[in-house]
Amino acid sequence: MKDQSCVYIKKEWDIVAARQMGRDIAIKVGFGTVDQARIATAISELARNIYLYAGAGKICFEAIETVQKKGINIKAIDEGPGISDLAQVMEDGYSTSGGLGAGLPGVKRLMDEFDIISKSGEGTTIESTKWLR
Amino acid sequence: MSTLRLDLENYRDLLEEYVRTKDERALYQAEQFSKQSMQQNISPEEIINIHLRSLQEIYPEMPQLILDSFDFLMETMMSYGLAYQEFQSLREKQLELKSEIAVAANMQKTLLSTVKPEMEGLDIGAMSVPSKQMNGDYHHFVMDDEGSLGVAVADVIGKGVPAALCMSMIKYAMDSFPELRMDPKYILGSLNRVVERNVDSNMFITMMYGMYNTEDHTFSYSSAGHEPGFYYSKARDEFEEFSAPGLVLGVSEDSMYEQRQKQVEKGDMIVLLTDGVTECRKGDEFIEQEEILEVIRDNKDLPSQEIVENVYKYFERLQDFQLRDDFTLIVLKRDV
Repeated sequence: MKDQSCVYIKKEWDIVAARQMGRDIAIKVGFGTVDQARIATAISELARNIYLYAGAGKICFEAIETVQKKGINIKAIDEGPGISDLAQVMEDGYSTSGGLGAGLPGVKRLMDEFDIISKSGEGTTIESTKWLR
Repeated sequence: MSTLRLDLENYRDLLEEYVRTKDERALYQAEQFSKQSMQQNISPEEIINIHLRSLQEIYPEMPQLILDSFDFLMETMMSYGLAYQEFQSLREKQLELKSEIAVAANMQKTLLSTVKPEMEGLDIGAMSVPSKQMNGDYHHFVMDDEGSLGVAVADVIGKGVPAALCMSMIKYAMDSFPELRMDPKYILGSLNRVVERNVDSNMFITMMYGMYNTEDHTFSYSSAGHEPGFYYSKARDEFEEFSAPGLVLGVSEDSMYEQRQKQVEKGDMIVLLTDGVTECRKGDEFIEQEEILEVIRDNKDLPSQEIVENVYKYFERLQDFQLRDDFTLIVLKRDV
């Protein structure tokens, strides 16, 4: 993959570094302040998930450009325990009721495309894209 | 109120008007703007953005540090916007569930429906009202070839959908019994085995089963831990409690039920009920049993169905029209 930049998440402050890198790329792509804030919030959620549940992992960013549109692609990759019940974590109210923030449904709302692959014992990869309008 | 244009230009004009006049009218417009924005799923961060851009247009000289502070505010508001969107989607889901339960409740009504028989010499009144959508009470009438009436009143310990599902099973178990006349104690014995085998061990059912013989006007009954009934003697103008020993259905495989009998005289009444009637509360207090009997006594010369309905109306009012438990009441009155 070309132009891919990653931030490794091990400690809580790495979340900030991931937000910063994501925001810089979002600005370059041309996103306005509202969308920048949305992208940063989505990155926070993804990075916090890695920090809290997988222990370590990385967030990778890529500016994408096709003939018709431009956008930012975010990948959150970890080799943690994996998520056994994806339907449950994607359900509204599951993470928020535990006070854990917007959770993955929140990421899905903030972004345009969202995909998640998780294998028990092998880790989780979440891929999400937001297009410039 | 006409629809506002939910755009930057309109917001800017309203804001400018307010800052200039400090007029309540502009604030009212802001309220409308906010409500309509919510209807259009416009999130708080977008409103902040519109506010920021309006300020930039109205005050081009605005210091950069003030402008920057809005980025900070926007981040602070992100979670609120997400929470609101989540709330919206949960509300939709709730409506879906509600309508599903309504369908189930309707189906239950059809499944558990029983026809109140018209009988020579016995005036029957019956009413069963669920406190929520699904009914955890059950009552059933069955007539046999020889003119006897079988009547069952049951209550699942537990509420809501599981209780209601459980009741459907009871109904089909009873339907499957052979058509010959069966004594109440045998019916409860058979049902007990069905419940013991098929229902979760933490769900119990209480039931009173009675058989009214229209030839000799005797009423035989057995109880599986059910709320006692009341017998009204016209001659003495008195109510007395009646019940028979027996364990709740589903506790033990080989429960035995005792059967008792009453001779019913003209004008006497048999009252069968569930604890939703006797445990009806007035605020935090339980009402006294005498109060129920008093209402029945006041209405005793009316047809049985009207007695039952009047008791229901009385208690519905007592509980501010919100039943706390399912309510089932049956009155059998010998009239010839």
